[in-house]
Amino acid sequence: MRELICINCPLGCRLSVDDKDLANIKVSGNTCPRGATYAVNEITAPKRMVTSSVPVIGSKTKRVSVKTSAPIAKSKIFECLDEIKNIRATAPVKIGDVLLANVCGTDVDIIATREAK
Amino acid sequence: MYDVFIVGAGVVGCSVARELARYQLKIAVADKENDVSMGTSKANSGIVHAGFDAHTGTNKAIYNVLGARMFPELSRELDFPFRQNGALVLCFDESEKGKLYELLEQGQRNGVKGLSVIDGRAVREMEPNVANEVVAALYAETSGIVSPYEMTIALAENAATNGVEFLLGQEVKNIDRDGDGFKVKLGRKTVKAKIVVNCAGVYADEIYNKVVGEKKLEIISRKGEYCLLDKKCGGLCDKTLFQLPSAMGKGVLVAPTTHGNIIVGPTADDVPSKNDVDTTFNGLNNAFNTATKSVPSLARRNIITQFAGLRAHSTEGDFVIGESDVPNFYNVAGIESPGLTSAPAIAVDVAEEIAGKLQAVRKDNFISRRKGISCFAKMSDSEREELIKQNPLYGKIVCRCENVTEGEIVDSIRRPVGATDLDGVKRRTRAGMGRCQMGFCTPRIMEILSRELGKDMTEITKFGKKSNVALGRTDEKL
Amino acid sequence: MKNCDLVIIGGGPAGLAAATAAFDEGIRDLVILEREENLGGILNQCIHNGFGLHTFKEELTGPEYAARYEEFVFERGIDYKLGSTVINVTADKVVTYVSEQEGLQKIAAKAIILTCGCRERPRGGINIAGARAAGIFSAGTAQKLVNIDGLKVGKEVVVLGSGDIGLIMARRMTFEGAKVKAVVELMPYSSGLNRNIVQCLNDFNIPLMFSHTVVDIKAKNGRVSSVVIAKVDERLQPIMETAKEIKCDTLLLSVGLLPENELAGYAGVEISPITNGAIVDDQMMTSVEGIFECGNVLHVHDLVDYVSKESRHAGICAAKYIRNGVKTAEFVPTCGTNGVRYVVPQKIRKDDDAEQISLRMRVSNAFKNVEIAVLLDGEKIVSRRKQIVTPGEMETIVLKPELVAKVKQGNKLEVTLNVGGVK
Repeated sequence: MRELICINCPLGCRLSVDDKDLANIKVSGNTCPRGATYAVNEITAPKRMVTSSVPVIGSKTKRVSVKTSAPIAKSKIFECLDEIKNIRATAPVKIGDVLLANVCGTDVDIIATREAK
Repeated sequence: MYDVFIVGAGVVGCSVARELARYQLKIAVADKENDVSMGTSKANSGIVHAGFDAHTGTNKAIYNVLGARMFPELSRELDFPFRQNGALVLCFDESEKGKLYELLEQGQRNGVKGLSVIDGRAVREMEPNVANEVVAALYAETSGIVSPYEMTIALAENAATNGVEFLLGQEVKNIDRDGDGFKVKLGRKTVKAKIVVNCAGVYADEIYNKVVGEKKLEIISRKGEYCLLDKKCGGLCDKTLFQLPSAMGKGVLVAPTTHGNIIVGPTADDVPSKNDVDTTFNGLNNAFNTATKSVPSLARRNIITQFAGLRAHSTEGDFVIGESDVPNFYNVAGIESPGLTSAPAIAVDVAEEIAGKLQAVRKDNFISRRKGISCFAKMSDSEREELIKQNPLYGKIVCRCENVTEGEIVDSIRRPVGATDLDGVKRRTRAGMGRCQMGFCTPRIMEILSRELGKDMTEITKFGKKSNVALGRTDEKL
Repeated sequence: MKNCDLVIIGGGPAGLAAATAAFDEGIRDLVILEREENLGGILNQCIHNGFGLHTFKEELTGPEYAARYEEFVFERGIDYKLGSTVINVTADKVVTYVSEQEGLQKIAAKAIILTCGCRERPRGGINIAGARAAGIFSAGTAQKLVNIDGLKVGKEVVVLGSGDIGLIMARRMTFEGAKVKAVVELMPYSSGLNRNIVQCLNDFNIPLMFSHTVVDIKAKNGRVSSVVIAKVDERLQPIMETAKEIKCDTLLLSVGLLPENELAGYAGVEISPITNGAIVDDQMMTSVEGIFECGNVLHVHDLVDYVSKESRHAGICAAKYIRNGVKTAEFVPTCGTNGVRYVVPQKIRKDDDAEQISLRMRVSNAFKNVEIAVLLDGEKIVSRRKQIVTPGEMETIVLKPELVAKVKQGNKLEVTLNVGGVK
């Protein structure tokens, strides 16, 4: 059994998840179906967006913010952050520019979320 | 070899330095802190007392009255904020009215002019927010308010302009007799001096006792806690509002500051440590609650900051001034209230005595005037326009609460005895003293300090020591 | 002195949305005055995602959301000035600003929209006793230092306040290698989103301590060395017997946002003691004719999408005002009761056309199973059921034009909560 807080709405339902059988996860405590979907995802493949900022060379804008182009496995957050620390972007940077492809072998890229001229 | 070595860069040390700078002497002022005015001088009520509190004939009484008379001219000469706003000592009980007359008579004996006792109605006519319970008050016309750290900084700058050397961030570790003079151990280096002046505030006993080799002086740290209220409450009172004094001091006051805030405090608690300037839950409550007795409409939600300072209380009860049992070693110690008021007058006497002893000659090129930092916030629009034309950095507002410009901040860093840290900039320019309390301007001021001082952002401190704002860079590997 | 139809003070999300809307409503002589060196305001340092779901139907980071609105401004060719701080606004709508490039300038405006945002409540505002030392930051200041300046501000951290900024910064500090030892919350609940509690705290096993506060700060050598926390009673007063010391070098404060209404004050705009923002009518006009206010300077919003929406409305209304002026107005006052802490707008004009009106409000406590009811002179005219309302979330009720027409005939509009059960 695992306890989760549903994040879909301010209600924050306390979900009890029976995950003995991963093919047949049972969720209770949810008020709506979104809670059950959330719990199943959170148990089987929790994912998170990672955001940070990196230095830029050759611009008045000293740093640009970055994000993962899609959520990555929760377990890879710190590995991903470590790789982000190696990034030195060179101006000009546009929003959406890929600054690091395939971070930690996730198939997800680190992209700029701010411009540096 | 220094002619005169001053220990402590508070208002007393800086006043003495500036007075001595009138003579052809080699003078140094050392302080363990990163800046001048880092002890009692930066954390007190900022009151120029009229002079009725101290017992007639004491050093406190004499120097208070002499010092107070110097402020109007001194503040013009050195361009620091001072205003003669007058003070009221409030009496809440008919049976205690007699004490007001005792203070009045004592004041008159001390040579204070412009004292009178007025009734409750007259008090409230003068100060409409004063409590209805007030039955009478002693009114002292000549009482004033001053920005104590700006005064100290002004004295230091002017002393430096006239050749005094400031050795900041350098703690005096030891002082040994060396013939008629002294060897002063400052960190790793040792300097020689003919005369030492001990202006070390709460540490004055430690400094002196080391030299004399026995416990001859005892200074007690008496903590005072304060609350500072937002400028929007500035209209709560115009005069300094005291309550009838007690054994521990002049009690809790409510007063405007020279910059238009309201100050509330101080408490009075003896503390064992000489560097315990932490505010306390109870102290702040006491200060505030006692103050509401004078002005009931004071509201806690308008407090923007709190701070505490230590009074250097000598167990002898009076200022200890003059050459000590050790020849050529001068104490200016136990300078608690009315020390700020007295400092300029004490300095004149001490400097004259030392100059006489050294048979020093007066300089003919002494620069007596000092121009303060241009205060953008207090200017008219046409003055602002003119200033920005001369230097566009005055068009860049860094502190949005107090409207402090980059021009002022740069000036505060480049001046003699200039700011080297965030608090130094704050005391000189008011950047960060407003209602957001440095929330927005911290990063900007750090950048300016870093640029002007050629330091890395991670080296910028709040007030020296290990008070670095940043602990490294985010791009460093974990 | 220059003349200008519309001056917008502040180039954050509110200012950008208001300018765009005013332009689309036909105003061409307008300028945005921004004190920072970039448009976008505080969004530039909010590098986390979660912005714009309502507006753009996708999750953006703060800088991306800002960039979208900046683009609206650029493509319309709306004039804006950076590094330009407004130092005065008068009741007759003269705006004085200074900048390095232009020196001191005055603009006589036909209308002004104040979009100056808010600031964080500092330590002094909550009376935390203890040492004054390095290592005490408001969360937003730390956010700027970390995200924009690339500086590490702490290694062992305690966060006071569990609003979204506090939660986001707890995660951000963790990402930068810091150990966040606790998030301490005065109230028995968090005003932050559940999503942030889960993803910023629970993901990293950061404890969230409700009904606790910081009662003392200790320092060594000028840097914070520990904080003392204690439980609080029902009156939110600390119970000193429960005091507990936590070793840390940094204390982040996320203890509330305060609208920055200095300029409004200079112009004589009437300020609400509840929101700390201007008192506005449904046109977002303040008590001074021709001065409008929207965004976080008016009242602190939970989502930037709502700031944009409200500001769009303010921009349209300012444009209409510039064209048509106002008829002398009578108002129907609004108010919140029984758990509704405030309602913005605080009054509804009787004279203008009946368009739909958004009533925005916050509640004073967390309530489950409630009805938010709008009463006109005591009679219910519209209501909405909610499973939960919390102080951290803004609620909005939209009055349709036919209801607005009815409201304008009334004397008093009240928004109230009918509570099924208290959380």
